Amino acid sequence: MQALSISTVSKTFGTITAVDALSLTVERGEMFALVGPDGSGKTTTIRMLCGIVKPDSGTVTVLDYDVQKQKEEVKRRIGYLSQRFSLYGDLTIDENIEFFAEIHKVRGYKQRRDELLEFTRLTPFRDRLADKLSGGMKQKLALACTLIHTPDIIFLDEPTTGVDPVSRRDFWKVLSALLKTGITIIMTTPYLDEAERCSRVALMNDGKILLTDTPAGLKQHMNGEVVEIVCSDIRRSFALLKPNPSVLEVQAFGDRLNIVVRSAAADVPGILSFLASNSVEVSDWRTVRPSLENVFISLLTDRREA
Amino acid sequence: MNAIEVRGLTKRFGQFTAVDHIDFDVKQGEIFGFLGANGAGKSTTIRMLCGLLSSTEGTARVGGFDINTDPHSVKQSIGYMSQKFSLYEDLTVEENIDFFGRVYGITESALKERKAWVLDIANLHGREKSITGTLSGGWKQRLALGCAVLHRPRIVFLDEPTSGVDPVMRRKFWELINELSADGVTVLVTTHFLEEAEYCNDIILINAGKIIASGSPKELKRDHIKHPILEVHCSDVVRAMERIEEEPWAVETSIFGTTIHVNVENEQQGRDAITSLLHRNGITVNGIERITPSLEDVFIYLLEHGGGKG
Repeated sequence: MQALSISTVSKTFGTITAVDALSLTVERGEMFALVGPDGSGKTTTIRMLCGIVKPDSGTVTVLDYDVQKQKEEVKRRIGYLSQRFSLYGDLTIDENIEFFAEIHKVRGYKQRRDELLEFTRLTPFRDRLADKLSGGMKQKLALACTLIHTPDIIFLDEPTTGVDPVSRRDFWKVLSALLKTGITIIMTTPYLDEAERCSRVALMNDGKILLTDTPAGLKQHMNGEVVEIVCSDIRRSFALLKPNPSVLEVQAFGDRLNIVVRSAAADVPGILSFLASNSVEVSDWRTVRPSLENVFISLLTDRREA
Repeated sequence: MNAIEVRGLTKRFGQFTAVDHIDFDVKQGEIFGFLGANGAGKSTTIRMLCGLLSSTEGTARVGGFDINTDPHSVKQSIGYMSQKFSLYEDLTVEENIDFFGRVYGITESALKERKAWVLDIANLHGREKSITGTLSGGWKQRLALGCAVLHRPRIVFLDEPTSGVDPVMRRKFWELINELSADGVTVLVTTHFLEEAEYCNDIILINAGKIIASGSPKELKRDHIKHPILEVHCSDVVRAMERIEEEPWAVETSIFGTTIHVNVENEQQGRDAITSLLHRNGITVNGIERITPSLEDVFIYLLEHGGGKG
């Protein structure tokens, strides 16, 4: 069953086309990610889905309701966590959730609140002021507030930006557990390793979706192969390979290089002898699985050069 | 020669020990990753190494100068950049470069050449008169780095330089860092993106003011991951995860797209147990493969099992 669909939706702000004839369908129970560079239209898309921004043209349907015509129906069934989510610093965890329960007119919210605090493991801190919480705890409290009215879909706009790795991992545990309740999650993220955790990913650029697929499916679109080279003098090798015509991309890691070539079988022998002629010692090489970052960089580079 | 030598460095604020007897060396020209959760003591350490804050105990030499007895020379030999404080948002691109030029006492003629270089690396030619605040994150970042190294320091401190920058710009930013390193500049960087820590030659991880692990990315992965990670491809991942996480042999379970990652005590026993468990529950297993841990896996493991606060 469909959680939402948008069909040829556009939005311009002055002379800037933020979203350009975008179409997208998300099924119930998916964890779906919108990924793309700054200014690619991710946030505007999320805001149109929530009914906060009105599209210039096209239709947005959420849970079979028309977002523009049936705003109240939609509002009751969705939750939205914006990038600049504000909690009340001088209220406690309990009071913040209570405040959101009242905004959403949730009656008898106390049991739901207890469940959410358990679920986000915030119960021991419930009497603490929001200002005294760590970044990761604030993020989880914001999520709990977003969930107080038991929405069917939640929209998360860069929920883990600026959150440290341990809290980020913890936040993902909570999201994984949420999926078990059948909720649909739509998120934007600048972290491509996070996009790997989603069931499907849409890559956005210039207000358009370039591709939508599972993380594994997206990797099929990689132009070329990723080859890992373990060699001496990494930085000099990086500088040598950067202008080489058969090397499409090169990344220098602490102890190795990753290069993208059209074909490992055809291109690697030439590259190895080129490195040898510059007295770089190559101790090992192998083709590796591309990361989503490799795929995105390759797709976006193709676009920008086209 | 080491660019930075830290010995027993300690900082206490009243009763609170922010940095607790840490020792490490950073070699000339390397990219050194300095990692830890928020509040672990990273910023306090960097402020001491920049000569902005004196230590309570212990010391450090930066570019050969002692941070406590000669903080002025330390300040002159380093560059510092952070996401938050580096640029004046209400000044134009050119005014920011001029401002840093004057702070560093760069002569007019040298500044002209350096300004062209900054505009070049930041790709901002033609936008000299733009207000800095109107630039997107990635452009601002490159401008900030340019300003931080305007006076050609041999050591650069980058405090979460890529936070809030998109993947494509982040990749380009790291190319710049690599170029600096290739010129012999020593780079000490803190980041929340553990994928970026892979770019570093050496890393230390601190927690509660103490170093809990150090080494190259490869050494850290080899030495600290005790539980193999299996990637399970199967139907109905949500239900499969619910079943697996109830089992005592599953140390940690999480959904990864259309797969599940399970940390197990033992690879072969884990494979067998997952296969038979999912089979009994009518879930089709399409494959199980062992995957290389990421640095994030290593750090989460260390912070939960090895280090400090627990």
